[in-house]
Amino acid sequence: MTTETLTPPEQGVPDMNNMRKIAMWVFLGSEVLFFGSLITTFLIYRTRVGDGPSASQVFDIPFTSISSFILLMSSLTMVLAHHASFRKDWRQMRVWLLATAALGMVFLAGQVFEFTEFVDHGLTVTTSPFGSSFFLLTGVHGAHVAVGVLLLAATAFMSFSGRLRDGEGMNVEIIGLYWHFVDIVWIVIFTVVYLLQV
Amino acid sequence: MATLNPPREELHSSGPAREGVWGWLTTTDHKKIGILYGGSAIVFFLVGGIEALLIRVQLAVPNGEFLSADSYSQMFTMHATTMVFLVVMPAAAAFTNYFLPLLIGARDVAFPRLNAFSYWVFLFGGIFLTTSFFLGGAPDGGWFGYAPLSTQLNEVVRMDYWALGLQFVGLASLLASVNFITTIFAMRAPGMTLMRMPVFVWMALVINFLLLFSLPIITVGLIEVFLDRNLGTLFFDAANGGDPILWQHLFWLFGHPEVYVLILPAMGVVSEILPTFSRKPLFGRSFVIFSGIAIGFMGFGVWAHHMFTAGLGPVAEAAFALTTMFIAVPTGVKIFNWLGTIWGGSIRLATPMLFSLGFIAMFVIGGLSGVTHSIAPADWQQTDTYYVVAHLHYVLFGGAVLGLLGGLYYWWPKITGKMLHEGLGKIHFWSILVGFNLTFAPMHLLGLNGMPRRTYRYPEGLGFEFWNFLATLGSFLIAASMLVLFWNIYRTWRRGEVAGPDPWDGRTLEWTTSSPPPVYNFAQIPVVEHEDDFWHRKYTTSEDGTSVAIDPPPNMDLEPDANIHLPSPSFYPALAAAGMFVILMGLVYLPWGLVAVGAGFLATMWGLFGWSMEPLTREDH
Repeated sequence: MTTETLTPPEQGVPDMNNMRKIAMWVFLGSEVLFFGSLITTFLIYRTRVGDGPSASQVFDIPFTSISSFILLMSSLTMVLAHHASFRKDWRQMRVWLLATAALGMVFLAGQVFEFTEFVDHGLTVTTSPFGSSFFLLTGVHGAHVAVGVLLLAATAFMSFSGRLRDGEGMNVEIIGLYWHFVDIVWIVIFTVVYLLQV
Repeated sequence: MATLNPPREELHSSGPAREGVWGWLTTTDHKKIGILYGGSAIVFFLVGGIEALLIRVQLAVPNGEFLSADSYSQMFTMHATTMVFLVVMPAAAAFTNYFLPLLIGARDVAFPRLNAFSYWVFLFGGIFLTTSFFLGGAPDGGWFGYAPLSTQLNEVVRMDYWALGLQFVGLASLLASVNFITTIFAMRAPGMTLMRMPVFVWMALVINFLLLFSLPIITVGLIEVFLDRNLGTLFFDAANGGDPILWQHLFWLFGHPEVYVLILPAMGVVSEILPTFSRKPLFGRSFVIFSGIAIGFMGFGVWAHHMFTAGLGPVAEAAFALTTMFIAVPTGVKIFNWLGTIWGGSIRLATPMLFSLGFIAMFVIGGLSGVTHSIAPADWQQTDTYYVVAHLHYVLFGGAVLGLLGGLYYWWPKITGKMLHEGLGKIHFWSILVGFNLTFAPMHLLGLNGMPRRTYRYPEGLGFEFWNFLATLGSFLIAASMLVLFWNIYRTWRRGEVAGPDPWDGRTLEWTTSSPPPVYNFAQIPVVEHEDDFWHRKYTTSEDGTSVAIDPPPNMDLEPDANIHLPSPSFYPALAAAGMFVILMGLVYLPWGLVAVGAGFLATMWGLFGWSMEPLTREDH
């Protein structure tokens, strides 16, 4: 690809960090199709509510707008964490990593609250194809956020021991790629699943 | 980081870091993982072959009594599932694992432990699918698992095994695709530009992009089938507003790219074999590469030709009929490229060459019957008949399997250091070619005469008897021909002729190393100056256009580099995969299986945690 990879500094020693970044991009390409299929399933079933409640009857747009805003802010803190790791300011980096994880957890808490509200209104996975596809799509997205929170927390705590220091900047950058991707997917979900359905 | 400075005498042995079973369990060497993939594919080929023979015995005579309807459904479902996911895909993965780094001049793949993890996930997935025979019955809803048949609950666990098993095997392929794509983009030797890469590597790149983008689609579909079965969701429940056609779209959006995942490896292998045995470069090399890329893109635009009878309407059917006819163009182009390669070459009809020529001939027949399916009204007549069975076996057996067997004969000397016996190889080729055509050519006639697929018996007096009996005879000839291969392998293991590094006068980098290659592949990372670089190191072209050997021949006995970094063996990938196997087993037997899910989760976490904490190379030599 680049001249850097064609003439490695030491022959036979590939640039690990560069490869991990490529791998994350490739993996995210796969995730696009994954969420694409889930969103398609939802769009086919969005009006098939059977006897259960419809989207406009259960969705609380102001609430979800706030939790969406919180998730978007976590992308800002993620950028700050990456920037700090770039400057090798490990203390700042840890602060922003943990802030990102915390914002992610607030978003998840909001999702749990929202789910229980919907169940109270009579919308479950077995109510209607709308319910099945809504909970699967948002649930899978929530699981992605949860994995991201774990990765962020693990990186922050492991940086205390100094074990990952060599590749730390790259770790943060790769997790950042993942985190921003999950955020972008939420922007699509919030638009397509929430705003367009009420 | 450990620095391995191997002694001189190690050059001619691929001495693993650890011996025995533990060595294989913990290996991160792409060559050993390739051998594991290949060995597993052969074992599963026996399983899938026995299933096929049972089907043929049942159909040999009208009103067959050999299998019940129930066990027949299990047999055809598992035959297809096994052959597609546990034989052809891992066989291709075996060659990709072993030869991709060698062909691009690398010492390993990008992520050796991820590579090992992919293999163990695949193996446990295969074991999971196959053990279902002994645990309440194997999947019986067809390899395509059409909803709502696959979501009906009356057969307890069978399609759970299918939904989870495919998910698991798919995970292995997905991780492998990330690994191989990264390897190709980041680990090529100096001078190995993309267009200088061997065609086999190019096909591997296309295949892995196909897998990368198609597997997530089937993943979603399989999750929905599993939830419909176990949680009572309504994705494919037509009575409550669900749409079974959605499953067909999700499945074939994966399933059709998957078809190219199965055939492109064989095309890559043949594109390596034909130039070697014709002593000519591949004709229109860049055209073959761009045709492969075109197939990759167009492969995502033809899926609904599997659904012409699902009632999509004339516009959709016409559109998909056209795209299906179009995709025959880049495929047909390759046929002419291969013929052009042979044309005027000095041809050696060694066994790999015979298999490649057999591949071309059989694939043309299968391709032509495939084009007849693109005409939607004809397809309405042919669908769900034996005509389709004939077509798919001509491309997948006559195409993919013959091509991969050619690869086996071609690369066997490189992998083991010994030559397979040529005479036995030729007996194998001719008997499998005759047996294959005896088995599947009659199915064209049976199908056009209206014999339906997937029915376990047929009545007397419809004219099906003779052709079915012939097909059964042919299937046993195929089985006998495989015994010749196994005898050949055994004989070679006992007293095979030593191959030397370059037995076929090869053109690509893998032939520059010893046979088998040393653990570090290349003593010094090669610097590539041409397409078919090794050929250009051995030969130059004289003024009248003939190849003249360069004197003196290239020095292949190089001092190994002082700094060679190799991945250490690791136990964690196998542990994590085993933990995930336990999770799957638990998920089949919900709710009690939750205990197993918990235990498996802990083992998986232990494996992944240990893996992430363990440095890639450590001082243990």
